[in-house]
Amino acid sequence: MSEATSSKKPSRLVLIMGKIKGIIVIALIAAVYIWSARGVGFSLFEIIFELPSFFNLLWDMVPPNWAYFVRLIGPLLETFQTAITGTILGTLLAIPLILLAANNVNRNKPLYYVSKGFMNLARTIDPMLYAAILVAGVGLGAFAGMLALTFFSMAINAKLTSESLEAIDNGPLEALEACGGNKLEMIKYAVAPQIMPTFASYTLFVFEINIRASTVLGLVGAGGIGVNLNTSLNLFRYPNAAMVLLTTFVIVVLIDQLSNVLREELV
Amino acid sequence: MKKPNLSLRQYEKKSIIWYIGYLITLALFIWAIIGMNINIDRVRQGIPAMGRILALMFPPDTARLESAVFGMIETIQIAVIGTTMAAIFSIPISFLAARNLGLPRSVPAGSKQVLNAIRTFPSLIFGIFFVASYGPGPLAGVMALGINSIGMLGKLNSEIVESIDRGPIEALDATGANGAEMFLYAVIPQVLPEFIGTTLYRFELNLRQASVLGLVGAGGIGVTLMQALQFRRWAIVGMTMIVIIVVVTIIDYSSAYVRNKII
Repeated sequence: MSEATSSKKPSRLVLIMGKIKGIIVIALIAAVYIWSARGVGFSLFEIIFELPSFFNLLWDMVPPNWAYFVRLIGPLLETFQTAITGTILGTLLAIPLILLAANNVNRNKPLYYVSKGFMNLARTIDPMLYAAILVAGVGLGAFAGMLALTFFSMAINAKLTSESLEAIDNGPLEALEACGGNKLEMIKYAVAPQIMPTFASYTLFVFEINIRASTVLGLVGAGGIGVNLNTSLNLFRYPNAAMVLLTTFVIVVLIDQLSNVLREELV
Repeated sequence: MKKPNLSLRQYEKKSIIWYIGYLITLALFIWAIIGMNINIDRVRQGIPAMGRILALMFPPDTARLESAVFGMIETIQIAVIGTTMAAIFSIPISFLAARNLGLPRSVPAGSKQVLNAIRTFPSLIFGIFFVASYGPGPLAGVMALGINSIGMLGKLNSEIVESIDRGPIEALDATGANGAEMFLYAVIPQVLPEFIGTTLYRFELNLRQASVLGLVGAGGIGVTLMQALQFRRWAIVGMTMIVIIVVVTIIDYSSAYVRNKII
């Protein structure tokens, strides 16, 4: 469309072509919607008709069972521990990947593309899917959750940080290379000082994601407070489920605030 | 990334803060790893078990390619309808949450709080509740994404509204246009392309979410994966994973391409 408006006098043919293009795009979008709506069995009637049962469910959760909080302390700590260990192990594993996937540090093209490709593919899978697979593989519990978060954090942290690393000031790197510094010295004196604040900030961001994820890992049996949510709902103990949700909410908000303060200090 | 020159004392103070940060991180890690009661046996059996599983996933069961693709198609459809539903709901809310449209101050503040609250919960939690009230199936997934995505879309879109150029509004005001006309001709044309951009971005995220919703019964490829996992059919799990990775990657790149074209 921009070509049509930029030329001074668009010929009629260009105008007609533009209109045809617009009609085709609209028709394609309409087709995608019809196809999708039929595929998911979308019906406005059903959505509105079932809405009262959804609100009934919410109503059954009021008031929350405050006393249940005592039973949640243990799982809550486990949630924290899963997120902390997952984030830290993932961050440590991300370091080599970050260096390999930055074209100003790693000049080996094949290795560069392999590491970039690996983290992009690993990132397409949600941590919950990793958790579901790991629970089937290594058994129920927070260990599976920790491994799932480790793997996902590694991929996402490596992607974010390596992209920032590629944008750093290459001056110090070239200076060290010119005076004969080896790779390790270059990383220590030219790369690390520039990238550490960004890396730490992304790690906190990944930790926020992991706290959110670790509250639901229990739904597939990978430990934490999500296990309580699952059992409460399966046993129709809705006030208990409400307490779990309330606790989750408070925890996520608190961690987000704390992490935001720290990140503002860093960058 | 130019850094201001630091004096020696400032530099020393900075590195001390970093060391304290490392120590706190280390302490948290030790506390967490001890608290999780991971015994060595678990690790010793767990790591080879993962290797065995990975080996069993390959070669993937290509006979199940068709059912995995059908599951993935449903996942895409859930993401399309869910994202659109959220986009429609989020538009009025994002105008209410914008601070520059002359609404009484409590309206944007209150709307922002509601949006933040929605954003706090992962879509899986919405998924469970909609499965419980609507029954298992893709419609529950649509509702979960449709409600959950309002939080993020409303927040991003209200920020777009807050950053609009006031020039066209003032120009229309000067010609004596009323509020509705100013909104229609000065606000909407400015925000629409960026609204489409945020919606496409959320669609990319929702595609990943929709592939997980099946774990709680809300339709899509997650259901296929869950069944394969229940019967430990690792070759089917491998096939499902490959389909997810390929389709999500393709849609990510196409959506990013369209977003760059629009904005």
